[in-house]
Amino acid sequence: MRIRFDQELDAMHNDLISMAAMVETAISQGVQALKYRDAKLAQQTIAGDTEIDRKERSIESCCLKLLLQQHPVARDLREISTALKMITDMERIGDLAEDIAEVTLFLCDRPAYAAPIQISHMAEATIKMVRDAIDSFIMKDLAKAHSVIEYDDVVDRLFVETRNVLIENIHQSTGDAEQAMDIMMIAKYFERIGDHAVNISEWVEFSITGTHKNTRLL
Amino acid sequence: MTNIKYKIQDLNLHYGAFHALKNISLDLPEKQITAFIGPSGCGKSTLLKTLNRMNDLVEGCHIDGTVTLDGEDIFDRMDVNVLRRRVGMVFQKPNPFPMSIYDNIAFGPRTHGIRSRAKLDQIVEKSLRDAAIWDEVKDRLNKSALGMSGGQQQRLCIARALAIQPEVLLMDEPTSALDPISTMKVEDLVQELKKDYTIIMVTHNMQQATRVSDKTAFFLLGEVIEFNDTADLFSMPQDQRTENYITGRFG
Repeated sequence: MRIRFDQELDAMHNDLISMAAMVETAISQGVQALKYRDAKLAQQTIAGDTEIDRKERSIESCCLKLLLQQHPVARDLREISTALKMITDMERIGDLAEDIAEVTLFLCDRPAYAAPIQISHMAEATIKMVRDAIDSFIMKDLAKAHSVIEYDDVVDRLFVETRNVLIENIHQSTGDAEQAMDIMMIAKYFERIGDHAVNISEWVEFSITGTHKNTRLL
Repeated sequence: MTNIKYKIQDLNLHYGAFHALKNISLDLPEKQITAFIGPSGCGKSTLLKTLNRMNDLVEGCHIDGTVTLDGEDIFDRMDVNVLRRRVGMVFQKPNPFPMSIYDNIAFGPRTHGIRSRAKLDQIVEKSLRDAAIWDEVKDRLNKSALGMSGGQQQRLCIARALAIQPEVLLMDEPTSALDPISTMKVEDLVQELKKDYTIIMVTHNMQQATRVSDKTAFFLLGEVIEFNDTADLFSMPQDQRTENYITGRFG
């Protein structure tokens, strides 16, 4: 009955998966650049954000066309409106990865400073959250969406740990305080990435159940 | 709390051996718009016609179960003429009588014994105003209704139905023969009319059902699969068959 509409929805899903992959790459590149003080990789991450923005516009346009042409209802309407919300959060995650790379560029010119190990853990945790959030949308997996929301506690805990380590470093005057503050910023960016992954998962919950943060929207 | 205008209980309708309506039970609320949707041949128009007993004369038609209007059984103690005075009908294709605009509207009231010209004038104006067409036709009331556009003819038919001051308006795909502007006018009109009338509408246009109706019943193969608030039925249908139909996966 509806071959074209299903093809367009599949294409939208594929675009979302590819945008998510771009965002995951941006986060992991950002953290690699930080770890190895790799200015070239940091530049690459910054340049990559333009692609993420372009992808956002293209998915946005695809969703608006589907609204215009298909007058979606029921699950179709929920999925398309969820996609529109998700890409905004993914685009913000891309911006935050870019912010991390920009701080890294600045750090590259400074003397060596060992970032707390929790920063790498935050990168891993947030990449997992973003990947699982998108997977939960594609697979319509409510349990997975909920697990992402819960996993944010891990990121929040790592943020507090990072902060404590940095404060301790400043107290003990190990390394320069300016770098410690910059790394604190990076920790905050990761913490925000976790929040955006939670936002995405909350919209996934809406797309499956019609309820967003305990509120029926339609 | 909304009053129930029509209460349909365990309704079964057979055309000879064909079981056209199966165990239908529905409470249709007063002064709200209820839409009947479903694929062709699902029984929605048959149920609509049953509500003012238009199936009575169909050969081989057999009906079981009860349908009450304000608590009165429409098949038992109610005179069919009384029922049809209380329940007006508008059809898919505009069907003005081959007479003047005025006489089209006055036809029903005259049939019910109103002869006073002043009273008829009053009814004609009020009905045409209520059907949002007075301004377009007030200067040519004596012209033939057949010279009007399709959209005007349909609003004339709505005005004609209103002229006998019914309580319920049954509408069988009232805009399917109309252009988009006329469709919008009829949809706006229907929204206005629900302040005073209970409206039950069969429509193939799902967007129309979402725009216009308060409640929607989805029919399939003679059964009501789902009956719910329109916003709920179109956003979170409870039955997979409803979801499949409204999203265009079959039908």
